Amino acid sequence: MAEVEETIKRIQSQKGVQGIIIVNAEGIPIKSTLDNSSTVQYAGNVHQLLMKARGVVRDIDPQNDLTFLRVRSKKNEIMIAPDKDYFLIVIQNPTE
Amino acid sequence: MEIVYVYTKKHSEFGRQCNFSDRPAELHVDILPDISLAANFTVRDPCNVTIQCAEEMSEHEVNTERFESESRGINHVEGGWPKDLNPEDMEATIRYRKKVEKDEHYQNTIMQIAGLMEHCCKQNNATDIYREFFEDEDEEVLEESEEQPSAKTINVFRDPNEVKRTATSLSWHPEGNHKLAVAYSSLEFQRAPNDMSFDSYIWDIENPNKPEMTLRPVSPLVCLEYNPKDSHILVGGSYNGQIAYWDTRKGSQPVEMSTIEHSHRDPVYKVIWLQSKTGTDIFSASTDGQVLWWDIRKMSEPTERLVLDPSKKGNLDNALGVVSLEFETTMPTKFMVGTEQGLVVSCNRKAKTPAEKIVCTYSGHHGPIYALQRNPFFPKNFLTVADWTARIWSEDIKESSIMWTKYHMAHLLDGCWSPVRPSVFFTLKMDGTLDVWDILFKQNDPTLSLKVCDEAMCSIRVQDNGRFLGCGSQLGTTTLLEISAGLCTLQKNEKAMVSEMFERETKREKILEARHREMRLKERSRSEQSREDEGKETDGEESAEELVACAEREFFEIMEAEKKKERNEEKQRDKV
Repeated sequence: MAEVEETIKRIQSQKGVQGIIIVNAEGIPIKSTLDNSSTVQYAGNVHQLLMKARGVVRDIDPQNDLTFLRVRSKKNEIMIAPDKDYFLIVIQNPTE
Repeated sequence: MEIVYVYTKKHSEFGRQCNFSDRPAELHVDILPDISLAANFTVRDPCNVTIQCAEEMSEHEVNTERFESESRGINHVEGGWPKDLNPEDMEATIRYRKKVEKDEHYQNTIMQIAGLMEHCCKQNNATDIYREFFEDEDEEVLEESEEQPSAKTINVFRDPNEVKRTATSLSWHPEGNHKLAVAYSSLEFQRAPNDMSFDSYIWDIENPNKPEMTLRPVSPLVCLEYNPKDSHILVGGSYNGQIAYWDTRKGSQPVEMSTIEHSHRDPVYKVIWLQSKTGTDIFSASTDGQVLWWDIRKMSEPTERLVLDPSKKGNLDNALGVVSLEFETTMPTKFMVGTEQGLVVSCNRKAKTPAEKIVCTYSGHHGPIYALQRNPFFPKNFLTVADWTARIWSEDIKESSIMWTKYHMAHLLDGCWSPVRPSVFFTLKMDGTLDVWDILFKQNDPTLSLKVCDEAMCSIRVQDNGRFLGCGSQLGTTTLLEISAGLCTLQKNEKAMVSEMFERETKREKILEARHREMRLKERSRSEQSREDEGKETDGEESAEELVACAEREFFEIMEAEKKKERNEEKQRDKV
């Protein structure tokens, strides 16, 4: 339990990180450093995107699976690390 | 031959059961080989058999069943809470969350993916992974190892008439570059057959079979130019010295022609549009030694006249015939003319007296200057094409050109700079070759030399994008060529390098010139001194007979002197 907290704190302290969200397989945000409305928005949208991306990867090659997803936009980058039961979302503002 | 075995069954035996029995084989027919037939055949040796060693493949088509998919969106408000939990209830949700956090599986998973995530975060911080690195280097490498310069023929436009005339001048349409106006005439003095057509054509690039429009002048056109401001207007200079202008909207006949009395007395070799507010000013040049300025709205007489007399007296008899004109819109008061005698004369339009109009001359060519053009990037340097060489000059050096090509086997008949690359220019030769020169790459030889056709090539014009060029030949065939990308894309540092090269050559010439001047001064001073010494002795012994008598006298004097010396020596010997 403490390790998880520590890890999250470490990521949070990285330069440019704006927020971290941990979501479970059902789409419930377990832990978040952002406010509730943003958390809910991110959790819902990312969940769908993740399913779609995973679907694409497995469709092209069934032996393959999604390991990481990065969405870079003008203002920031959304990094999603998926797993079977949970996924971790980090929003970072990359240094130019 | 038919081999027949007859099998019969008695009627009374029909319907009876079959009794099978064994018996040995009976030979019914035995056909032996007939040796005599072999005579009709011979042994074939060797036999040609084609075989192919390849994988056997077959083609199959498969069509899977159509998979129907539909996109649906979910509006996620507060998702996935277990049934028994009320999402509004803060406490319950917090409790649930805490429970999940305590789960070991959760902790392991998070540790794992957090590690991955941290790596990516750090990566982002370290460097921008999405930026294009090595962009420039890639391009350089590509270009160097890339294609050889090449040019290929896209289209050939032939003179549709029976009697072929020379394509003496080409002009690209100012907008869009999809039309080419070609002037046809026969420049050989009095060699034009009586039924030669006078027409010149405007071709559409895509259609080489039939010209898009015909221009019907009174006398064949030697030069033709589109108005750069108004693409419907063309002006042409004709063989009999008149200038005419056409409006393509109004048809094939010229809208107006200059009056014969005031026109040139010789074929008009070049006509150029001037930069003016009205866009209707042109000037023309011809071998009769005159340069005339016209306003096309009033073709009855020229607005200005200049006689190219090097002695600056305006005497038409001394005038030099003009074969080419040069005008740069960035320097509207200056212009240059290339003469039949091989001199390039630089003139100032705004000079007050006709004498001052001629500013300076550049000599160095042996024959008429067929092409004269300033470098579009470095207007101080200009290219001349004449006799067997092409030369590059700098405006400041009047004694000689700063760079020149070697003397070729055939006459050079036309040339021009590339409008996109300052170091590239093209020349045409009398044997039908097109040479592309790149002075940054190689100065002794052309970078690319192409034989376009078998007859002499008389005129060339490059399109504004530098990619396409049209060249006209003596039999009226205009060829449209496309040159490779390497020759029409501006390289890095090209302008700087070319400008350096020109400066270097100019400096070299200046130094050489200074040295020559020094030597000449020394010679002169020396010859002046010696002349002073001899001044008293030699008085005008100009006539040949006097010289001969003088030579005889000197000869006999020497003979006498020698004889005397001999006699003295004999006497001396006798004494001893």
